[in-house]
Amino acid sequence: MWFDDLKDGFSESVWQEDAAPYLVETNHAARGADLETTVPAERVADAARVMYEAMFSLEAITGMDWIVEGRMELVYDYVQFSSGRRVTVRASVPREAPGLPTVSMIYPGAEWHEREARDFFGFIFIGHPDPTPLLLPEDADFHPLRKDFTG
Amino acid sequence: MSIDDQSIHAETFILNLGPQHPATHGVLRIKLTMDGEYIVDAEPVIGYGHRMHEKMGENRSYAKFLPNASRMDYVGALLNTHCHVAAVERLAGITVPERAEFIRVITAELNRVSSHLLWMGAFLVDLGAFTPLLYTFDDREDILDLLESITGSRLTYCYYRFGGVCNDIDDDFIAGTRSFIERMRSRMPMYHSLVTENIIFRKRCEGIGGVPAETCRRYGATGPVLRGSGVCYDVRRNEPYSVYPLFDFSVPVYPEGDCMARYRVRMDEIVESLRIVEQALERIPAGPVMAEKVPLILKPARGECYFNVEAARGSFGMRIVSDGLDAPYRLKVRSPCFSNFSLFRECVRGTLLADALAFLGSLDLVIPEIDR
Repeated sequence: MWFDDLKDGFSESVWQEDAAPYLVETNHAARGADLETTVPAERVADAARVMYEAMFSLEAITGMDWIVEGRMELVYDYVQFSSGRRVTVRASVPREAPGLPTVSMIYPGAEWHEREARDFFGFIFIGHPDPTPLLLPEDADFHPLRKDFTG
Repeated sequence: MSIDDQSIHAETFILNLGPQHPATHGVLRIKLTMDGEYIVDAEPVIGYGHRMHEKMGENRSYAKFLPNASRMDYVGALLNTHCHVAAVERLAGITVPERAEFIRVITAELNRVSSHLLWMGAFLVDLGAFTPLLYTFDDREDILDLLESITGSRLTYCYYRFGGVCNDIDDDFIAGTRSFIERMRSRMPMYHSLVTENIIFRKRCEGIGGVPAETCRRYGATGPVLRGSGVCYDVRRNEPYSVYPLFDFSVPVYPEGDCMARYRVRMDEIVESLRIVEQALERIPAGPVMAEKVPLILKPARGECYFNVEAARGSFGMRIVSDGLDAPYRLKVRSPCFSNFSLFRECVRGTLLADALAFLGSLDLVIPEIDR
């Protein structure tokens, strides 16, 4: 049931016609999530709104650098406190232009997660209220988790 | 500027709390904008203890990262390492012998009790009560001695291995743990009459530092902060891992959302953890404590997994991506304190500075875990 509700929410506001819609049921015991989906990078905030309305909480935002493919990926981990269900939402951007909308107006807790992803990978969160280094020094101009970082 | 504009409320000043301050329990700075005794804004400045554990995870083999996990939240080190080994085991498909899982639960729950005891002592020092710290450290010392006898260290344990634990527990440990459970249970009424019933303590905690359940959800707060706001979410219960489903325990929840509720959750959790340890000691099966044929140099197949445990401060998670080599391609650490602390700025606006310090203490922050 909850699967269909989420699917409807995603179909209406996130996937639209151009994207390939898919929502994969995954084995929680093997992957650590019940559902996994990939959304276009410019619609991560729409996805966050669907998750927010479905009573999910945003647990973490993980950046990843896929240097061979020339892309960087963000993984949003959502959890529903009442059931313990987990949904993983993925979005990827080109390494040269790693910009995507912030979700911090929906989940204010994302503000720090996004600043961390900006520190480590150099993601640019459009509309972020305070895009300054969080964990790295205030004058840091390097991104240590990029795979081509030589420090 | 006219004289009317210069009303006393228009005049604010900046106050730095930290980076070196006894109430922050670590290197944490909070830039406070004050209007007299009231807080207008509180901007946390973190990262002083940042060591880039996630990078260290990428540039060394899986086994070499084992000691790192206990250096994030060093107060509940075994709970973190439990997450790390379980995540790698999930990724590499290693099955852990049941006895090892029992030992993990016993030691992790003892670690949770010691963490809560340390928090309680430190929290009361924040509120100006020094004596309870001496009592809680006395009890905590027993746990450290017990854990030292089998893990070899007192704080930054590196006891779990991929596939089990490195040392079996002995009869001395079992007898010592049983007598500790008795002792700790007999101490709880003393703590309640010394602290919980104390009128000064109650006035500092009841109705102070309110966190609505919805705020927890928006910020991703978990653990005692969430359960103190009336949400019954515990990873051990909602997404059972290890052998937790075998045990009978309850998840303490208090709906008030104030400092007192968070205090009560942790006090009840001490009792529940003792119950789990007691049941585990009774039902622990015989057998090996280490899986057979775990390669010394792990090379999990390509893949990705996420694993969460209920650490002393909330949901501690790791996302590990393997590209088939001997070191992770990516190792993400999800720290509970990071999310729990992020709601501080919103919740503390308009409160008195003294109440903000009580609130800060009740969040149970371990700064190196926020900074990683």
